[in-house]
Amino acid sequence: MDLRDTVEEGAFRAELRAWLDANLPEERRGWRGGEQRFGDDFGRAWSRKLYEAGYAGLTWPVEYGGAGSPYSFQAIFYEEMARAQAPAHVGVIGLGMAGPTIMAHGSDEQKQAHLSKILSAEEIWCQGFSEPDAGSDLAAARTRAERRGDVYVVNGQKVWSSFAHIADFCILVTLSDPDAPRYKGLTYLVVDMHSPGVEVRPLRQITGEAEFNEIFFTDVEVPVSNRLGDEGDGWQVAMTTLLHERGTLGFALTAALDVGVGRLVETAREHVNGDAGVRERIAAEWIEMQALRYTNYRSLGAYQRTGVPGPEGSAIKLRWSEQNQRLTKLGRELLGPEGILDDGWWHYQQLRSRGNTIEAGSSEVLRNIVAERVLGLPRSR
Amino acid sequence: MDFAFTDEQRQLQREVRGFLAANYPLDRDWENQDDRWQELAELGWLGGADLSFVEEAILFEESGYALYPGPFLVTVAFALPWLGAEDREAAAAGTTKWSAEDRGLVPWLGSVDMVVDSDGNAQPARGEELPTVDPTRPLGRLERTNGTPLPGARDVPRARTAMAAEAVGVAQRALELGVEYAKTREQFGKKIGVYQAVSHQLADTYADVELARSLAYWAAWCVAEEDERAPLAAAAAKAFATEAAVKACERSIQVHGGIGFTWEHPLHRFYKRALWLEGFGRRPAELRAEIADALLGVAVTA
Repeated sequence: MDLRDTVEEGAFRAELRAWLDANLPEERRGWRGGEQRFGDDFGRAWSRKLYEAGYAGLTWPVEYGGAGSPYSFQAIFYEEMARAQAPAHVGVIGLGMAGPTIMAHGSDEQKQAHLSKILSAEEIWCQGFSEPDAGSDLAAARTRAERRGDVYVVNGQKVWSSFAHIADFCILVTLSDPDAPRYKGLTYLVVDMHSPGVEVRPLRQITGEAEFNEIFFTDVEVPVSNRLGDEGDGWQVAMTTLLHERGTLGFALTAALDVGVGRLVETAREHVNGDAGVRERIAAEWIEMQALRYTNYRSLGAYQRTGVPGPEGSAIKLRWSEQNQRLTKLGRELLGPEGILDDGWWHYQQLRSRGNTIEAGSSEVLRNIVAERVLGLPRSR
Repeated sequence: MDFAFTDEQRQLQREVRGFLAANYPLDRDWENQDDRWQELAELGWLGGADLSFVEEAILFEESGYALYPGPFLVTVAFALPWLGAEDREAAAAGTTKWSAEDRGLVPWLGSVDMVVDSDGNAQPARGEELPTVDPTRPLGRLERTNGTPLPGARDVPRARTAMAAEAVGVAQRALELGVEYAKTREQFGKKIGVYQAVSHQLADTYADVELARSLAYWAAWCVAEEDERAPLAAAAAKAFATEAAVKACERSIQVHGGIGFTWEHPLHRFYKRALWLEGFGRRPAELRAEIADALLGVAVTA
């Protein structure tokens, strides 16, 4: 156990910090996220810059355009990005979900075609998992894929798809065999979002912005060579995607909390510094942020030793989402009577945080996962 | 950056767990417990084995998990930093048990030999003992003599981190008891762990315990390495872990239903230990106020 950087880690951190100082324009720091991520061309240009400097896909193998670095470098990357309040790479779905799934289940052609373009942001990806009648229950997906010769013909609707309006490709869970037993009839496809028959409609959300989309598929032809895994293996392939979604997320989430707690302290200093109750609540958020940070480190330590993330990681998203909701509400409260105004930060963050306990695994599903897979309690369904 | 125990530390953890499980099972005679002090001395746990504080934190966590009854916490975590070489040797050999005064109260006053008073003087352990919420952990009011000045100093982060680690062990055991019960107890024809009203309480406890453990290990590392963050880390760990332990026990009692409320079931003993740890020294709210002072500067009152 040693929480200090190794010589290599320290050198990497120093180099990254200097690079961020030199390359990140001052006016692009401290973004509130959301729609700002794709409001202009900066997101893609910035992502490409990260890639060219070797900071995209730090843990990916060198042959796929990554840096082949240890996971601790990825953790340092998130910490330093948070410290600089730098915008993230726009390829969130590609880097965190599509890429790892292609590496695990893709053919050589698929790997060659997509992986380095995901890193360079030449290709933006989105995720087509949830449907109007299949939210937490992914196995109930009904978007149909019918095999006709060398293509699958896809018909159906997906929902809550971030980035779909700017995406080039979609990882899509389809129902290829409606007569198969549950979990056995699904097929996982890579769909070109520029294909005829793909229609994207933005979904306006609580904040007034449209980060998410609905995607409608009408007789969309997808080459059979775009399938990931075998026909009927879609459930297993999707589980790889979700494992990666939750596996790599922790450090990014904690880094964002770190920024949030910093803002909370700043806001308190400017507004209601004297109230003992408020001071105690700020301290509580600081404590829980540290608890999440060191839980990430423990999970990483287990990963580096065994190749499998530790079970403690499954609590991180659950607790992060609840903390972000408390923290942003407190931020608004700190503004006093002005808390009802749109201050440009807390107003947006507080509303946006309501999605945190729903997106990427609702808290109810995550508690089931902890209860059943970590604690070994009997299945509730 | 490596936040995992070494193989040797994991081996130590297994040994401690094994020794305590063999000697302090849940079906022990709770009213007549032997602290096996000489055995602890022989194992090197009283300072003889030269363990780092990260390893000592393992001992504290396991002592909470097993609900070990003796004055281990106060001798090793509270008093040792004050002692000179000779006193340390006697403590490590198991010859002298020590405690330390904190805000006028001395844990285990009636069962230790010597006490470090709040001015850093060694005093013979004499005075009136008072019952506490945890019957295995009384507090006493020291009958002061002139005392002998001790060469060391108070190590608040060390004491707080030890209590946090012990609380993690208590919380872990309460969780395990609850899970075990939910897996076996049937109502309405099903194991009660099937019901999300039950299982989600245990999932919440799991998250609390893991977060508490992360803070306790972080604080232990900071104390061991004399890192400048040790005071804040220890305050955070004690505040969070002791509250987590109290909640873990309360949820476990609830999951157990009626049996969890009985004297016969051991859960109440874990609960009382958790309440003691939460209340002794500084309470969570006071610790958070300390942290707020560090983050925000001392409060400015209008």
